[in-house]
Amino acid sequence: MNTPLARQEISVWQRFFQSGREDSPFKRILIHLMLIVCCAIAVYPVLRIVSVSLRPGDRLLSTSLAIIPEDATLEAYKTVLLEKEFLVWIWNSITITSATAIIGVILAATSAYAFSRWKFPGRRPGLVFLLATQMLPAPMMMVPIYILATKLNLTQTYRGLVIAYSVSSVPFSIWMLKGYYDTIPHELEEAALIDGASPMLSFWRIILPLSTPALAIVFLFSFMSAWTDYLFARVMIASETELWTWVLGVRDFQSQFQTQWGLFSAASVLVAIPVMALFLYSSKWLISGLTLGSVKG
Amino acid sequence: MEFLTLDVILNSLKEVGSTVLYILVGTVLLELLAFFLWNPLGAFSRRIDRALQFLGDRVRHGISALLIAGVLVFVVGAVSVGQTPSSWAPYWPWAVVAFLVGLFVSPTAVTIFGWRLRLPYMLLLPAVVGLLLLVVYPLLWELNVSFTNLNPRHFKSPDFIGLTNYIEVFTKPVLKQVKFFPVFLRTILWTVVNVACHVGGGMGLALLMNRKLKLRGIYRALLVFPWAIPQPVACLAWRGEFHFEYGFVNIMLQRLGLAPIQWMSDPVWNFVAMCVTNIWLGIPFMMVIILGGLQSIAGEYYEAAEIDGASGWQRFTNITLPLLRPVLTPAIILGTVWTFTNFNVPFFINQNELETSDTLVTALFRSAFQYFNLGDAAAFAFVNFGILLIFSIVYIRVTGGVKGATE
Repeated sequence: MNTPLARQEISVWQRFFQSGREDSPFKRILIHLMLIVCCAIAVYPVLRIVSVSLRPGDRLLSTSLAIIPEDATLEAYKTVLLEKEFLVWIWNSITITSATAIIGVILAATSAYAFSRWKFPGRRPGLVFLLATQMLPAPMMMVPIYILATKLNLTQTYRGLVIAYSVSSVPFSIWMLKGYYDTIPHELEEAALIDGASPMLSFWRIILPLSTPALAIVFLFSFMSAWTDYLFARVMIASETELWTWVLGVRDFQSQFQTQWGLFSAASVLVAIPVMALFLYSSKWLISGLTLGSVKG
Repeated sequence: MEFLTLDVILNSLKEVGSTVLYILVGTVLLELLAFFLWNPLGAFSRRIDRALQFLGDRVRHGISALLIAGVLVFVVGAVSVGQTPSSWAPYWPWAVVAFLVGLFVSPTAVTIFGWRLRLPYMLLLPAVVGLLLLVVYPLLWELNVSFTNLNPRHFKSPDFIGLTNYIEVFTKPVLKQVKFFPVFLRTILWTVVNVACHVGGGMGLALLMNRKLKLRGIYRALLVFPWAIPQPVACLAWRGEFHFEYGFVNIMLQRLGLAPIQWMSDPVWNFVAMCVTNIWLGIPFMMVIILGGLQSIAGEYYEAAEIDGASGWQRFTNITLPLLRPVLTPAIILGTVWTFTNFNVPFFINQNELETSDTLVTALFRSAFQYFNLGDAAAFAFVNFGILLIFSIVYIRVTGGVKGATE
């Protein structure tokens, strides 16, 4: 379509911003170089953790930059797994986090349906309130929640933590799910209604199956936010080590006074690998779900 | 010292499982109550409505608003602070009566308790109860505390001191040495630097990636690494890497022939270290969002622009940016709010050592949990919240970003 003249006028800099077409070999090499540098910046700090975890105990502090140390051992992993309470912490995190994610998704899925399909007094203030909760600084809620938990005898238990976590991600989840439900046409439910299905049945049989990707994302988000939380855990269950979640444990390895670098790194690697695998595996949906709700706005 | 024995596994399963069970049973009971009460309440509200017709809607709305506002003030005052219950607390039955009167006087009650809205309100009920307990109650508590001098010296019976805390946020140091405005400006700087770098870096990478490219999948997988790694791990690891002697940052600087930097004790460099960590953490998210947006822009726009002789920069500002706006606006709002309230990065990098690199959120944490000046901290928290709220409202008004989402 282009005239040869117009083609000549496009400089390298101009072509930099265009998308989805063949580039000149020089430019392609340049792009690859830039991406490789960026990838190195993104990955090197992570590899450093692996590197430190492989060092033998007496050479933890070294000024070498090599990723695999010459005398690599798995000593630190052995200590973490067999001599520390690491596995207990991981188990605690897994149970607490799964329970909270499930409860959080149920709460958000039902309320988001109400927000998406009905007009009722209090709807707009409710949505604005949910958005505003995102702006509350997290430490602000800690003292009153702790006091409430003390009154209800819920400190130093998983129970308090499960309740606190399941609600904390609900506002964001409701917003995301509402955005997703809004994209599902009403006609589907109307057809079901004519066939005699109740609104609840059409929610169960039509809306929920259609929004599985969004539900998966919301689940993943609530899971991740509870999985990586430090504040609530520290306030609610800090006193007994066998109640700890992994974040408290890993933070303890790297305490202010005596840092156990090898243990910290090994524990970090063990925690990070499954999470990163899950994340990379699900990142495609994650992205589609994140943009879906917002594109409409 | 305990290991992962069958006993430990079963115990924690039992506790977590029973919690889930309690929550579910509680929800079902609540829903049943709502289910059976809704129709009688509807009939009641209709009868009241007929009886009160003579007052006119406006008067009834007014009375109801006054009563409910009164109840709210009462609730704030009645939430017990410190160890002695509030002197208002015994009057709670009157508040309940006032609330019910306020609810049923209003003509909206007929709509609320109509059979049509029973299902949506029932769907909302569990979340509402959860939010009342874990968001609204703490907020009311904080609001009450922000008017008192609750601190280690007046822990048992704090006094009501009016707006003093709010004034002191601006006039006295919020921590031991640091005053409000330096912390505020630092937080603004922190937010601006981070969000700008996130959006800029993310946009750059997304533009680089948005083309036919060999190894694209691999690049993408590697580039999202910082987002995928659990945040506390990343922050703690970065803190280690800012170690003066053994962190890779200083080692690299020395290999390049530069002087090593005191990342942990120099206020300016400590702030830089926080920013570096957070930028590293945040770019992948923006890249992924922007890449998603770029891919949804049809190629025809660019072809048409090219035929019209638009330059690359013109195409970027006139096609790419406007079409990215629906994706960018919410991402920037969220990014700003998340950066402003980010706790993990400043807290883990600085570990409450230098007061001079606190942002508002870590200063808040320090003031409440290290110095236990709960009254001051509460007022401080509301000031924080207000700032963020004003920013968001202004930003949403200006860009029209979330328009349509609440309709």
